[in-house]
Amino acid sequence: MKLSHGIFERHSLILLIGIVIVVSIGGLVEIAPLFFIENTIEKVEGMRPYTPLELAGRDIYIREGCYLCHSQMIRPLKDEVERYGHYSLAAESMYDHPFQWGSKRLGPDLARVGGKYSDSWHKDHLINPRSVVPESIMPPYAFMADRPLDTHNIGAKMKALKVEGVPYTDEMIADAQEDLAAQADPTADGRKLKAHYGDKVIRRDFDGNPDKVTEYDALIAYLQMLGTLVDFSKYHPERGDNNR
Amino acid sequence: MSTTATLPKRGRGDVIAVLALSIIGMVWSLFAAAFADDAPFRIHAYVILGASILSSIACVGILGDGGAKGRADRYSDDVIRAGVYASLFWGVVGMLVGVIIACQLAWPSLFYFPGEGWLNFGRLRPVHTSGVVFAFGGNVLLATSFYVVQRTCRARLFGGVAPWFVFWGYQLFIVLAASGYVMGVTQGKEYAEPEWYSDLWLTIVWVMYLVVFLGTIWKRKEPHIYVANWFYLAFIVTIAVLHITNNLAVPIGPFSSKSYDVFAGVQDALTQWWYGHNAVGFFLTAAFLAIMYYFVPKRAERPVYSYRLSIVHFWALIFIYIWAGPHHLHYTALPQWAQTLGMTFSIMLWMPSWGGMINGLMTLSGAWDKLRTDPVLRMLFAAIGFYGMATFEGPVMSIREVNALSHYTDWTIGHVHSGALGWVGFISFGAIYCMVPWLWKKQRMYSNALIEWHFWIATLGIVLYIAAMWVSGIMEGLMWREYTPQGFLAHTFVETVAAKHVEYVIRMVGGLLYLSGVLIMIFNVWRTIRGDAPAVTEADKLAYPANAVAAE
Repeated sequence: MKLSHGIFERHSLILLIGIVIVVSIGGLVEIAPLFFIENTIEKVEGMRPYTPLELAGRDIYIREGCYLCHSQMIRPLKDEVERYGHYSLAAESMYDHPFQWGSKRLGPDLARVGGKYSDSWHKDHLINPRSVVPESIMPPYAFMADRPLDTHNIGAKMKALKVEGVPYTDEMIADAQEDLAAQADPTADGRKLKAHYGDKVIRRDFDGNPDKVTEYDALIAYLQMLGTLVDFSKYHPERGDNNR
Repeated sequence: MSTTATLPKRGRGDVIAVLALSIIGMVWSLFAAAFADDAPFRIHAYVILGASILSSIACVGILGDGGAKGRADRYSDDVIRAGVYASLFWGVVGMLVGVIIACQLAWPSLFYFPGEGWLNFGRLRPVHTSGVVFAFGGNVLLATSFYVVQRTCRARLFGGVAPWFVFWGYQLFIVLAASGYVMGVTQGKEYAEPEWYSDLWLTIVWVMYLVVFLGTIWKRKEPHIYVANWFYLAFIVTIAVLHITNNLAVPIGPFSSKSYDVFAGVQDALTQWWYGHNAVGFFLTAAFLAIMYYFVPKRAERPVYSYRLSIVHFWALIFIYIWAGPHHLHYTALPQWAQTLGMTFSIMLWMPSWGGMINGLMTLSGAWDKLRTDPVLRMLFAAIGFYGMATFEGPVMSIREVNALSHYTDWTIGHVHSGALGWVGFISFGAIYCMVPWLWKKQRMYSNALIEWHFWIATLGIVLYIAAMWVSGIMEGLMWREYTPQGFLAHTFVETVAAKHVEYVIRMVGGLLYLSGVLIMIFNVWRTIRGDAPAVTEADKLAYPANAVAAE
């Protein structure tokens, strides 16, 4: 033992190379296949990239660190499925750069929160969570209730995501500002938005303030679409793991 | 450190290189400030501008003085002393923020300010986690690794001013990261929150850290590389690999603070937890084990228990740790084969972890009486005990069925803190208590009684903290899955939140006690450095034998 190990103790480069080899194996065996095995992400109908407004809302969700208390990953356990809805599929976060599965539930899971509460409930809850849920320990987000949404870089955001493989077309990127405004204003012409992102896209004045597009518009638009893309009445699992 | 007038002239290449980098930094940050796409990026550009200017002034000053000072035949200890100060400073910041966010969860109506988004839990939580792990822990590791590698290689740190570049570069990274979090600049990945430009900067600093560390090993006068250095080296190299891979991102513009992670969904999840778990494995474990392998034998004046065990411990630990990440993703959309692999290796990990624990504890063979007389050694010993406890609890929680209950609950928070407060914190405090008299050439710490107080207050704090989190975690896990006899879910989610209030108050008290212990330590360190420590008497040598050797 002593003799054979001596070489690592006398030659720092050999020690270094030894370390690199030993720590590489696990990562290569576990992570690399996920990028190549086809059934890692089962093809599921209904998935689409986020609309510009939802994407802006998602960025606010990340900015405020919501993922630190709210998971977006429903496990296939009886109580979770009954509490939150159908267990989460890999495909449902295929356009999530980064993923927002979370690791801690100081608040409930949000993977399927879309449509569970009204827009005005969300608005009240964000301004002061304890006004609608007295026992809540969530921070208040009143400071951004009237803050206009900064949309100047929404096209740049979509371009960066396109580079990473999210299927935004050049047309979607060119129309980003228009689509964003159209989603927050139900009186606007939403035909382009629907042509780009499908008929199911929700168009509402999410924060109830028709004068401007606020950060609340974006955040609530994002919350209201979470987990609603896949129609589970038509879903049939193909991947073995999803047949749980 | 003696700096006499007869210093030999030294090379200036290192200083000129740092100066060149500072000038590049100045030019870049001026452009960045002018063309910034968003306010936080502009603020950060000014921070970098300020740092570049200060660094340039320092470089010019050193060049005017005829190159970096410090005698080539002495160890460079100034940077280590700076590391001790930085550790204490960031330790207080990180733990104080921890107490504040614990207060927020216990009394949300009192500790939240609706008009101030930057004080919200979601912005401060990364300040706490990065503050204690990377700022406090990172500075302890910089300081101890520079201390240990010089002593065990009998060589001065390599690279002239490079160690100072690493030190200040790392502080700049911390400032950029923490100020970014409160402004909402985050990648949205736990423990990897800093945005792309901070990550790039850290990469430069980290590569330089590796160069300094390896360069010192190359200069060594000892034929053998000591075991502590294996662990430090594995930590530095592996953290570099993890950091670069997990932070691959596409910025939305050259002067924007926003980027998108290149990975998505399930691949991103596994990459993140491969990173996240090995931040624990290599940053918080391997590197702090290096502290154990140097400071415990040194303080106990005993050789490491088993040379053979340290070899097995080292290679088994670094090989197995890398596989364990998927246990953070049980029952998720990650393919089951990957979950099972992660669980299997997590359970296997128990063995090398306890092998290392035994190696550390048994190093005290023949010196057990010192546990009674030397509070510093007791602190190091307790750290190893907590290490054993946390590395037993971890494999248990990685079992899929246990994880079904524990995941998403406070149990995880309790587990993390038994490791962080018990293991990382105590081993760091122990190392600092050892190093301060050694570095400042004092005979002993100012007060052993204060070290006793620190030890017991901190221990009580840990016990309160982890017990509260075990109770609240297991309680909420059970409440989430409880059914009424009629077959309905027994509790709404918010009932489980309300039920945890008492535990959250206890947790806050535990954290406050732990922070108080650190404040006591800072007072003790300050008085020691000031030179207030009473001289070591013959009676002291009998009561606290470790002090007698401390002064070298």
